[in-house]
Amino acid sequence: MIIDHPLLGPRDIAEFICLGDAVLIERPDPAAGDAMDRFHDWLHLRDNPAGEHRELWYHEHGDRSWLVVTRDTLTHEIRRVELARDVARARGRGV
Amino acid sequence: MGYSAFRIVREALTGHRGWKPAWRDPEPKAEYDAVVVGGGGHGLATAFYLAREHGLANVAVLEKGWLGSGNIGRNTTIIRSNYLLPGNQPFYEWSMKLWEGLEQALNFNAMVSQRGVLNLCHSDAQRDAYARRGNAMIMSGADAVLLDRDGVRRMCPFLDFDNARFPITGGLWQPRGGTARHDAVAWGYARAADRRGVDIVQNCEVTGFLIEGGVCRGVETTRGPIRARRVGVAVAGSSSRVMALAGLRLPIESHVLQAFVTEGLKPVLPGVVTYGAGHFYVSQSDKGGLVFGGDLDGYNTYAQRGNLPVVEDVCEGGMAMMPSIGRARVLRMWGGVVDMSMDGSPIIDRTPVEGLFFNGGWCYGGFKATPASGWCFAHLMATGDPHPVAAAMRLDRFRTGAPIDERGAGPQPNLH
Repeated sequence: MIIDHPLLGPRDIAEFICLGDAVLIERPDPAAGDAMDRFHDWLHLRDNPAGEHRELWYHEHGDRSWLVVTRDTLTHEIRRVELARDVARARGRGV
Repeated sequence: MGYSAFRIVREALTGHRGWKPAWRDPEPKAEYDAVVVGGGGHGLATAFYLAREHGLANVAVLEKGWLGSGNIGRNTTIIRSNYLLPGNQPFYEWSMKLWEGLEQALNFNAMVSQRGVLNLCHSDAQRDAYARRGNAMIMSGADAVLLDRDGVRRMCPFLDFDNARFPITGGLWQPRGGTARHDAVAWGYARAADRRGVDIVQNCEVTGFLIEGGVCRGVETTRGPIRARRVGVAVAGSSSRVMALAGLRLPIESHVLQAFVTEGLKPVLPGVVTYGAGHFYVSQSDKGGLVFGGDLDGYNTYAQRGNLPVVEDVCEGGMAMMPSIGRARVLRMWGGVVDMSMDGSPIIDRTPVEGLFFNGGWCYGGFKATPASGWCFAHLMATGDPHPVAAAMRLDRFRTGAPIDERGAGPQPNLH
């Protein structure tokens, strides 16, 4: 697979580490009343779809950026690559 | 009619006209005492033990494709019980004991071959860890022998002992480990279950569950609804998708694991050898091919093929451990989709839906577990209580803080 990095262009997946479902950047609020349940679900439970899947990839052997990659788990086709930073900012997080 | 040497001779003398199909191809009935979803090794074993150990004859196994078309037909055939943790080791040792009596129990030649499994170590710390693991194995009733460098050299002189980075310092050997013929395991269980009255229904995909008032009463299938007093799901690889039909989310991701076979060679490997410094394991099939594999590709996938970086990584491990393997040509490689659970250990448990039971999350170690998995899942489905050797394999163990994390990698499936 080739990941088309938004800043660096096409890169081989051997340069990356996959962390898993992109839900991991949506960390629950630890002050919420039901934080225990939310953290359990967030950390351990997965939708695990056959088809389009958003996941986090870390460019360890490159610029060490975090990417949100939208990929088809049935075909390996990569449909979209975004910087995780941009995804978080679009949700009103970060500065 | 049973299989025997006498039968083979008789059939040979009469033109082999007496052989019959090994199992029936029945139409599904409208109702069963128990339905097992998934006609792989674990599902078929479950049905067999439901019939033999618990006297349930009115059982069906529903398989989406053909029998044994899933992971039972895609693995590297290794059987062993060399685990460490108390939630795991007694279970795998029970599986090993069932392997040892399997062919007699099934009247089927599954080519169980106890040639031994050798794990190599490359440092003092690793040897200490293996000494501890060996003791854990012995405490569960398994066998384990800690070998020094010369002991390993006598057994496998072809290994790279003087590797500059990872010299071999010894190994943990389980003499009772080995290999079994994976397809024959499925066929043997299918035939033995069929002979006890179990209906094995192929080309029958489960498309939903009949849940009435929070209680599972059966399944919807492509061949019509089938009612059942209890439903067990053993579809590892597709667990998330099937259990989502019942509204459940699982602590499981689907990943691809690749495996490889070389051209046929004369006997070179005495048993199974695993590399301790990287992830590589190899054995030799009865046809002579070296069967080997290594790490997962590490990302969610349902495509039954992997990618080249892992091929390279596996072959590097092989070359570092056993340089002579570089002269062999790889004939075939393939990828199987496995459930990777959050702690690397399986789940055999009830679900929040009454009457619905789940067996999955085998990561890439499901084959060796086939007999005990079926045994314990049958026990759970028949009695409603977990079998003692599988009691720690809970579905809610992450919520209660009782994971079984052999690797110590935390909730990261692609590291287990």
